Amino acid sequence: MSHAQTRDLSTKNLRIAAVAGAMGFAMLGMGYAAVPLYEIFCRVTGYGGTTQRVDAAQAATVQTTSRVMSVRFDSNVNSALPWAFKPENPVDRVSVGARDMAIYIATNKSDQPVVGTATFNVTPVQAGKYFHKVQCFCFTEQLLQPGQTMRMPVLYYVDPAILEDPETRDIEEITLSYTFYRSKDGIAVDPATSDS
Amino acid sequence: MTTIAADGQILDDHAHDADHKPAFFQRWFMSTNHKDIGTLYLIFAIIAGIIGGAISGMMRMELAEPGIQYLSGWVGAGASADEALHLWNVLITAHGLIMVFFMVMPAMIGGFGNWFVPLMIGAPDMAFPRMNNVSFWLLIPAFLLLLGSAFVPGGTGNGAGTGWTVYAPLSTSGSVGPAVDMAILSLHLAGASSILGAVNFITTIFNMRAPGMTLHKMPLFVWSVLVTAFLLLLALPVLAAAITMLLTDRNFGTTFFDAAGGGDPVLYQHLFWFFGHPEVYIMILPGFGMVSHIISTFSRKPIFGYLGMAYAMVAIGVVGFVVWAHHMFTTGMSVNVKMYFTAATMVIAVPTGIKIFSWIATMWGGSMTFKTPMVWALGFIFMFTVGGVTGVVLANGGIDDNLHDTYYVVAHFHYVLSLGAVFSIFAGFYYWFPKMSGRMYSELLGQLHFWIFFIGVNILFFPMHFLGNQSMPRRYPDYPEQFAYWNEIASIGYVVMAVGVLIFFVNIAWSLVAGRKAEANYWGEGATTLEWTLSSPPPFHQFETLPQIK
Repeated sequence: MSHAQTRDLSTKNLRIAAVAGAMGFAMLGMGYAAVPLYEIFCRVTGYGGTTQRVDAAQAATVQTTSRVMSVRFDSNVNSALPWAFKPENPVDRVSVGARDMAIYIATNKSDQPVVGTATFNVTPVQAGKYFHKVQCFCFTEQLLQPGQTMRMPVLYYVDPAILEDPETRDIEEITLSYTFYRSKDGIAVDPATSDS
Repeated sequence: MTTIAADGQILDDHAHDADHKPAFFQRWFMSTNHKDIGTLYLIFAIIAGIIGGAISGMMRMELAEPGIQYLSGWVGAGASADEALHLWNVLITAHGLIMVFFMVMPAMIGGFGNWFVPLMIGAPDMAFPRMNNVSFWLLIPAFLLLLGSAFVPGGTGNGAGTGWTVYAPLSTSGSVGPAVDMAILSLHLAGASSILGAVNFITTIFNMRAPGMTLHKMPLFVWSVLVTAFLLLLALPVLAAAITMLLTDRNFGTTFFDAAGGGDPVLYQHLFWFFGHPEVYIMILPGFGMVSHIISTFSRKPIFGYLGMAYAMVAIGVVGFVVWAHHMFTTGMSVNVKMYFTAATMVIAVPTGIKIFSWIATMWGGSMTFKTPMVWALGFIFMFTVGGVTGVVLANGGIDDNLHDTYYVVAHFHYVLSLGAVFSIFAGFYYWFPKMSGRMYSELLGQLHFWIFFIGVNILFFPMHFLGNQSMPRRYPDYPEQFAYWNEIASIGYVVMAVGVLIFFVNIAWSLVAGRKAEANYWGEGATTLEWTLSSPPPFHQFETLPQIK
């Protein structure tokens, strides 16, 4: 091999290595991009029972139907959070399409102010994309003073489209579940958009 | 530059003028020679294999009978029962990580890949010899970090007890202490090493083939390493991203995988298995390549369906990226998602079947001899097929609900990896050992090694299918009486296998000391690739005048 050929080869080598290196870095970026993409995916598809968030104007356009479903309310508290947290009624009977207000009751059992944040989903998980929340305590963080008790509302409705989907039309009971965590200090948290 | 005509005679000439070797330290510690780096990788893999194998011996000892026999003793006096149980988690974690990252990958890609890819394509060396050196030496601190993690706190006791998958939240809030950080950094380094190696192989294979060697004339082992390098390049950065997120979740207050801050631990599983599934093909594809050469050599026929064989590997690599969630069937997927991942997983059986049948067709009507590399390659085909069949069973989302995390899964992946990948490594080792060392191995010891190892591993792993079907769960040091029978047999199998490995080491030692000198092509007319045109061992620098491929 002449020197010119050697030089030529090393230029070609560097070019291929640069392309390969760029592919590696692109995949590293994809790994991180997966975090927001996964959130969007869950929110859009209702994957894993992720509920939908709508504003009052959208909610006003929904027609109430004659079909009645049970909505059961489940509550959990992470052991690091010194709160009691229970639904007022364990189960509501609601018409599909009708707005309903459910109340959860939370009490701070400690002697310090504590900020909590709740994650949520519904089961059966296929119902996630038809379960619409207009208002929810889970959209924001909640601050409870020592010993304070708060009534926390959830305003929701079940989208009548649930009756058209062959995977969901036979559902008779939906369970809405919350888990309250102690909010991580100093970190911006928006649980309404980041659960799955 | 030499001006000798490319007529085959040059090779011997080069053995004289291109065989100047650097002094010991410079040669082995600052090596830029692909053959020396390959040798270093093989030695490293053997050492890591001994450690990983010893750990599995400890596990089989503990599992030989119900109850906790040895863990408390191993963890030391004054330790609590929980610390003894944590030691178990540390052992399974170390065994998995060592065998995957420090034994199979260095042996196949670093060892045989470095040694034979440049030789087979007629290149003088790898494209980036110094980067090759960096790749190897990154593995040493990676391995030391992993071994060192066993001696620092990792939550309940010393060491990282997260399993090789390092799932959150066990690996984040569940494992306080530096052990898991060290294990994660170890994976970072091993991953960086492999990515650099992958870039090197891709460049070498695309750019440095001898004149006339088109992609479609390239030996299948080179094809297999090319596909593997792409899998490494596309899969490992995703693991790097995932474990970096673990690291920041652990140490810097991020909440990628922590529900309290809006994260999701299941996302970690998706990222891990997006890497993890291609990883299992990374571990087996170079084995496919080696076995193809060995079957062809000892059948004295060209490989049946060369192009189909090459593109079957490409297909396995591509489809391997879209089946990852079959490792997560029990995380609450909808029926449709399960159906997709079941079907996509089963599709992989098609290119794999093409390979198995092409190997059989290569042997069909061939003039076969059953030398040691050939029996290992045949053992590989048998084992890999058994593991492949249980893989098709497990691919079914519905069946996996029952078998997930049972010993059936352990049996499955040990048949494809511990037996598939390891058998192909032994096959390649016996096939090329005389080429690498210049000394013939002992055929008697090689055959003895094969038969004892073959019988041992089957006694060891086949009963695990039964245990799994009786729903014995993975990752526990103890089990009820009902599982005692097959567990005892499996532990006996381990001892038989260990005797086989001992014979392997005797064989290496005997060959290096007293082995007959190997000629250039000691396998005869069946061995047709370029490495057989060189002396055994090849000259320190080869192919300075490139060979012409017709």
